[in-house]
Formats: sequence, structure tokens, C-alpha cells
Amino acid sequence: MKIVAIAINTFREAVRDKVLYSLLFFALGLIAASVALNRLAIGQQAKIITDLGLASISIFGTLIAIFVGIGLVSKEIERRTIFTIVSKPVGRGSFLVGKYLGLVLTLAVEVGIMGACFLGMVAVYADGALGPASVAIGVIFLELCVITAVALLFSSFSTPFLSGLFTVAVWVIGHLTPDLREIGAKGGGVLASITEAVYLLLPNLTRFNFKAQVTYHLPIEPALVAGVVAYGLVYIAFVLMAATLIFERRDFT
Amino acid sequence: MIPALRIEHLVKDFRHPMTLRRMRVVDDLSLEIRAGETFGFLGPNGAGKTTTIKLVNGLLRPTSGRIAIFGREARDLAVRARVGFLPEQPWFYDYLRADEFLDFYARLFDIPRAERRLRVKRLLDRVGLGDRARDPLRKFSKGMTQRLGVAQALINDPELVILDEPMSGLDPIGRRDVRDIILELKREGRTVFFSSHLLPDVEMICDRVGILVAGRLLDQTDLHERLAARETESEVRVAGISPAVYRQASALAKRTVGSGSEFLFEVPADGTVEKLIDLVRGDGGRIISITPRRESLEALFLREVRGAKPGEEEPS
Repeated sequence: MKIVAIAINTFREAVRDKVLYSLLFFALGLIAASVALNRLAIGQQAKIITDLGLASISIFGTLIAIFVGIGLVSKEIERRTIFTIVSKPVGRGSFLVGKYLGLVLTLAVEVGIMGACFLGMVAVYADGALGPASVAIGVIFLELCVITAVALLFSSFSTPFLSGLFTVAVWVIGHLTPDLREIGAKGGGVLASITEAVYLLLPNLTRFNFKAQVTYHLPIEPALVAGVVAYGLVYIAFVLMAATLIFERRDFT
Repeated sequence: MIPALRIEHLVKDFRHPMTLRRMRVVDDLSLEIRAGETFGFLGPNGAGKTTTIKLVNGLLRPTSGRIAIFGREARDLAVRARVGFLPEQPWFYDYLRADEFLDFYARLFDIPRAERRLRVKRLLDRVGLGDRARDPLRKFSKGMTQRLGVAQALINDPELVILDEPMSGLDPIGRRDVRDIILELKREGRTVFFSSHLLPDVEMICDRVGILVAGRLLDQTDLHERLAARETESEVRVAGISPAVYRQASALAKRTVGSGSEFLFEVPADGTVEKLIDLVRGDGGRIISITPRRESLEALFLREVRGAKPGEEEPS
């Protein structure tokens, strides 16, 4: 109940801060793309629409996850609104989880609307890809949830600027961890241990990329999806627990 | 009886972010507030009042010492449900409307919906914002925000109400309104703990007072005794007296200011005021005003710190 109240309040803030207006840009992009698509050959249309669509859902979502995520806690501290919240019978962990779920809800609405528009276009230009495309959107949403958790973790102990920097760094490295690990393994020694540690510690965001399956209409194994979902949920739980541990000890001056 | 608040040997150190030097902000503070009492927590700016209040409300962790509210650890969630808190210069979610704002806080106490609606309406009326329920907070003035902050602190019908500088930055009407609310809380039998750096805010409404200077609590004896000791002289304005009475009155006064038919006498506050009044009345003169002049709170702090006698006096 308390967590839900905090989540709804966070969602309300995002909506009233006009975060969802970013959907307009997505819609404009979509219209522009569909005009351009009419000039292309049938096969090309399907590939471009899936590539472009998934990429923009991912980019718009990531921007919101990072930029709203880093402010989730720091803004409450900066504006001193947190004083009246954590002095109430609200555990600090509940506060963090509430804030987190509020942004996840915002992302769900954003990705839901973008996804519905995207699937509409897929149905028109590449209806064979509807199934994989739906799964791909779901997995992108999970990736956004992971990024939000990371942003929240940094935001629980550092400034918005540094949190933003750290989260972007994690996002970039998270898309490179398998490559880094490979390079490290070839180098051997200390380097291998370091890259292995980075691989284990930072999220492996390449796991959330199902673009190839959508583009080439390949079937997606349920076991693969289940593995990715389990990985994402465990990673989120781990990050939120770390954030709570840090936050529990924090002084609000 | 279990005290509403008991602070034992509380110490809070902060580290300077750059030099990492340790700064002691609260220094071995012990304090007990009985249930039903109105306690004024006084001290100059920077004395450590806000830090103490934050420690009591679980926003800061003590370096050492213990804080118990109704006999339980201050950060215990069951205890938090019995406390209301208004921070200093509060700032709230300005994207919310006043009613949404209070409803949100009521939800943090798991108050059922029907009850929430009732309380929100009642509290908005109580703080004089009944007709602003649907206005967004970003349109609220400082005084209105402060009043809403008081409403927020009362949403859970708390037994202990902690207010940090509830009157600072308010105009005279705003101060009076907050003072009336505190008096009402007192009548309802709630324990009120509030801080101020201004004595007039405190002296009329508190049962007891504690003075904090440089992180240390100085004294906790009865308020009225202590304040009476500070009343050092009075200014008496009179009119319509004869030159003979003027001369007699001047002899009683430390200082006399005269212009035309009106005179101002500064007399010690030891019964001389009454003598002067009798003198003027006996001559058929008029008393225009009597203004007690008091040692300022700052001077009182200084005296307490230095253990000195009353020195310079300033009007309060």
C-alpha cells in the first residue's frame, strides 16, 4: 500500500512533468518513416521498419530510464521532500522500491504505446514478424527496468550529474561486456580477471537484444526468453538490494 | 509514565566534505519531554536545533547516544506512526494539488480511503486552506505552504508533534495562525516539540523551554521564571502631567525623553513602574503605553554561555 502510494506519486510526477510528451517525437518519426517506406522495395521495407522501430523504442526508453531514473532519489533529497517521507512509517527500502516501480510504470506506458504503434506497422509491412517483434519489445522493456535500477542505485548515493555519467557508462559497457571478456581472456593474467569481474558485475545488456530474430523472422526459443527474464529479474533484485543497503545508512542533511 | 521523547547523551559529528575534519554539531545532549507538554527548543541559528530534530525523526544517524520516542527506538516504524513532523522551510511536490498532497501522506499511514477523504477535508479547513483544496502547490505562497506542512504533520492524528521553526518566514498573521494551531494541539493533549530562534514565538505557548547553544543544552528550568529575570526595564509613555510631577517622575526614571505634552520614562522593572503610574494618575495625567523592555534572546544566550550578569538590554 505504501509502496503503491509512492509508485503512483512518482508516476504522476513523470506524467505531470510531461515525460510522455516524448511519445510525440516517436509518433512524428513513425509518420516520417512510413512516408519514406513507400519509396522502398517490399523486402527492404520490412527490415527497415523492424530495425528502426526497435531501435527507437530502445533509445527513447533508455533516455527516460536514465534521465528520470537519476533524479528519482536525488531530486527528493535536493528539494528536501524526502524529509517528510522517511520520517513517516515508511522503510527506506520501501521508499526506493516505490520510486523504482513508479518509473517502471511510466516506462511501461511509454513502451506500451510505442510498441502498439510499432506492431501496427509491423502488421502492415512484415506480418510474419509479429510474434518475435512482441517478444523483442517485452525484452527491451526488461532491459529498461535493469537500466532504471542501475540509475536508482547511483542516484541513492551520488549527485544527478555523476549518476547520469555512471549510468551511461554502465549502459555502454553493458553492451560490450561479452566482447571485453573475450579480449581479456585472450590477454590472460590480471586483465582476464578484471574483464571477467566486469562481465559478472555489470549487466550484460546484449542478452536483451532480439533484433536479429525479428528481422529474419526466426523463431525465439521460450527457454531463451525465460533465461533472459530470470537474468533480468535477479539482476534488478540484486541492484535494488544494494541500493537499499547504501540508502539505509545515508544521512539526510 | 513513559516520556514522549527521551534523548540521552546524544552526539552528532559531521565530517567536512573537503578537509574531512570532524565537526561536532550536537554535543552530549540529554533531554526529556513529558507526554502532553509543549516544549520550546530555543537557540541561535546554527546551534544544532535542526540537526537534533533530524536525529529525532530518523533522518540522521546519531554518532552516539540514544533517542527514544514513547519508550521505543526513534526509527522504529511503529513509533513513526505516532509522530507528526514539519521540517524547516518545507518544500513539497509542487505538481500535486493540496488535496492530492494530503491524500498521498495519509496513504503512507495506510489510512483507509473513506477516512482519508474526511481527514484531508478537515485538516485543510483547520489550516485555513479549505477553499484551495484543488489548487496546485506550485501556486502556493510561503505561508500557505507552511500551513499545508502543518496539516501534513497532523494527518496521522499524532501524539507527538515536532515542528522545526514553524513560524520562520511568516508574516505576523501567519505567525499568529501557527501559534493558535499549536495552542489547539496543546488543548487536545498532544505533546508538542518545536524549535525557534525567536523568543516571542515561544514564551506565550510553552510549558518548558530548552536552550541549545553550540550543540549543548544549557538549561531546562521553568520558562516563566527564566523570562521574568530577563525583564529589566519598562518604557512608560505619559501625557498631561504638571511640571512638578514631571520632575518627580524624572527622578524615578533612568532616562527621560520629552517632547511637548508627551513624555517617555525608562524605569527599572522592580515596582518603580507602579510608583510612576500612581504618580501620573494622582496628577490627572494619562498613561499612553507601557512597554516592557527585555534582554534579547541573543543577549540571554551570551549571558548563559559566559555565565555573566544581565548586561546590555534591547527591546524584545
